[in-house]
Amino acid sequence: MMWSWIPSNWQLIWQLTRENAYLGVVPALIGLVISLPVGIIAARWRWFYPPVLTVINVIYAVPSLALFIALIPAFGLTDTNVVIALTVFSLCVIVPNVVAGLRSVPDSVRQAATAMGYGPLRRLATVELPLAVPVIIGGLRVGVVSGISLASVGQLIGVSSLGYLFIDGLQRSFPTEIYVGLVLVIVLALACDLVLVAVKRVLTPWAVRS
Amino acid sequence: MLTSTPRRKRGTIAAAALAVIAIASLSACSTNSTSTSSSSSASAPATSAGSSSSSGGSNPLSPTGGGAVVVGSANFPESELLAEIYILALQAKGVKVTPKLNINSREVYYPQIKSGAISIIPEYNGTLLSVAVDPKSTAKSTADVDAALAADLPSTLEVLNPSSAQDSDSITVTAATAAKYHLTSIADLKPYASQLVLGAPPEFKTRADGIAGLKATYGLTFKSFVPLDESGPITLSALTGGRVQAADVFTTTPQIITDKLVTLTDPKFNFAAQNVIPLVNKSALTPTIESTLNAISAKLTTSALLQLDAAVIVQHANYSTVAAAFLKQAGLS
Amino acid sequence: MSFFSWAWDWITQPANWHGTGSIPQQLLAHLGYSALPLIIAAVIAIPSGALIGHRGRGATAVINAANAWRAIPTLGLLVLLVVWLGFTPLTWLLPLVVLAVPPILVNTCEGVAGVDPDVRDAARGMGMTAWQQVLRVELPIALPLILVGLRTSAIFVVATATIAAYIGLGGLGRFIIDGLASNAYGPVAGGALLVVILAVLVLALFAGLSWLLVPAGLRGRRRQG
Repeated sequence: MMWSWIPSNWQLIWQLTRENAYLGVVPALIGLVISLPVGIIAARWRWFYPPVLTVINVIYAVPSLALFIALIPAFGLTDTNVVIALTVFSLCVIVPNVVAGLRSVPDSVRQAATAMGYGPLRRLATVELPLAVPVIIGGLRVGVVSGISLASVGQLIGVSSLGYLFIDGLQRSFPTEIYVGLVLVIVLALACDLVLVAVKRVLTPWAVRS
Repeated sequence: MLTSTPRRKRGTIAAAALAVIAIASLSACSTNSTSTSSSSSASAPATSAGSSSSSGGSNPLSPTGGGAVVVGSANFPESELLAEIYILALQAKGVKVTPKLNINSREVYYPQIKSGAISIIPEYNGTLLSVAVDPKSTAKSTADVDAALAADLPSTLEVLNPSSAQDSDSITVTAATAAKYHLTSIADLKPYASQLVLGAPPEFKTRADGIAGLKATYGLTFKSFVPLDESGPITLSALTGGRVQAADVFTTTPQIITDKLVTLTDPKFNFAAQNVIPLVNKSALTPTIESTLNAISAKLTTSALLQLDAAVIVQHANYSTVAAAFLKQAGLS
Repeated sequence: MSFFSWAWDWITQPANWHGTGSIPQQLLAHLGYSALPLIIAAVIAIPSGALIGHRGRGATAVINAANAWRAIPTLGLLVLLVVWLGFTPLTWLLPLVVLAVPPILVNTCEGVAGVDPDVRDAARGMGMTAWQQVLRVELPIALPLILVGLRTSAIFVVATATIAAYIGLGGLGRFIIDGLASNAYGPVAGGALLVVILAVLVLALFAGLSWLLVPAGLRGRRRQG
């Protein structure tokens, strides 16, 4: 382990970490924005969900590298390619959670809200979604964590991320780079995970802390 | 994970992490807008000219003379090293440079440099000619190859002066294999090839000087072909470990010396000359750039390149450190 | 031309179905690269998950750990093992096993832990030993969830086995990596499409298995998305 490599490559390490963070977080957030309406519709109109779920299961089965490749004719070898592919993957993880979260709201609560005069939209926005937050964020966590890890595969089509450290480390038989890359990907993913747990606690002040 | 830390501390940790990630994402956004703007929508499947769905032909950026110069590299250490040398030398002369390193392979970056999304990339004249420019070319010597390039390169591209440093494909065997079959040149393999497994980069299977070339030039038919990597650890371990008995090891691979491998000579020139040469998009070329890069090529010899490779690959020195040292020593920084 | 037309043209070329490195050969290799890690992962994860779920303690830790597990980049792990171990079967086996264990472990754990306490009580009341409780009551009840876990792992493994070609192995990834290296989009798209088809077949296989093995009384309960 060549420790001196780390300080002398600070800039590179920082840049790659930033790029990987971008490639992991942004697609998950975009995925969330798309998943919310899809999930809301699926939770409300039950017949909509099974076909959506099947499509999702099939897409999730696609290897990340294959999806990057499928997008090459349209998006070339750019960051956009990876962002779109990872957004699609995060959809696969978040939509089921949006649906599960909304469905987990007890009927009695829904009825109470209606009894209090809430219309469907207000009820959705102020009662159902907030109660579904823990489960939705659970899905977002998985989306972000897998996204950060999958982003490294993008390096195989030339999209820069911490995956560079794996590939260069392999080519030069230089384990230090690989260790640093592994540690950083894992740390980055876990840090994002922690942030999301914190966000969840902020958004659900009524929840009981165990 | 967090369940055992006290509440207040948890909050602080989370807030700190949030801040870090927020800053990271924000700065990544700005970083990515510059890097994506130079990578454009040049698409990979360039085999069939009729790829109509590809990016509507809309073009990537055509660099104006005053814009930043984009220096690219392929995704193997030597290419990255050469690119670093170019970058540092140009920066020393006040040229604003944007690096775009580790783009997969020629098949991928070539359309990008043709269109101007990349301005400069270190290349090897022989493979550039036979793979990207004119697959039917029979030019083999440095002079012939350069002449063919000058004649056949697309109008947007130009090559500058070649260096004397060459890093070519080869057929290399272990010392033991060479001793066993008394091998010094590729021609010596003819009686034994059918018993030997050949390993090389995957594109060797379809390249003109690959499997087909070996058959045409030397009459060799190997027992089988195993696709490996670009003369990297997979190839080297396959060769030394016996998974393949002959491999395409690039001639400036430092492990040739450290692993005591024997590179067979190529008397019939199956592999063309492979001088390191800067490939440039004409619209980005300025006299400063031209003279700087030519000065580098003048000082780059095969033995110098081999030493640089050893520093980077075997001693794991930083690309930029080694590049800077080379430039200093050559009086170019 | 779209991804699909490139893929289809390549897949339907008869030449690609014969000789070394042909589609059937790589398909078989890919199945091997996928099946073995899955079996090993199941052998490790099901007993462990059952044990933890039965005891009830440490279940949350397992679930948190599994989430953390997703953070491990398989490409990085693969590369690390190449550098440490060189070219051995363990080099590709280990990352895939590491990838496959968490979903099976978590689902087995949750499934066993989630068994109705009344049922557990009844089993204990009938004089079953802990082992018998697990084997004859809890695992069968947890079966739907375990099958979901196995299915998830199977899909992960089938998909990830493509990366193994990057270190010189066979399987469907070979078409992708070789195609990328030679700028031939046909095999790239074709290989990718074949992996997807294989994954869909795995989905269908597990749907069938689930229909066969899960008794009607348990089906429809506790749908895990």
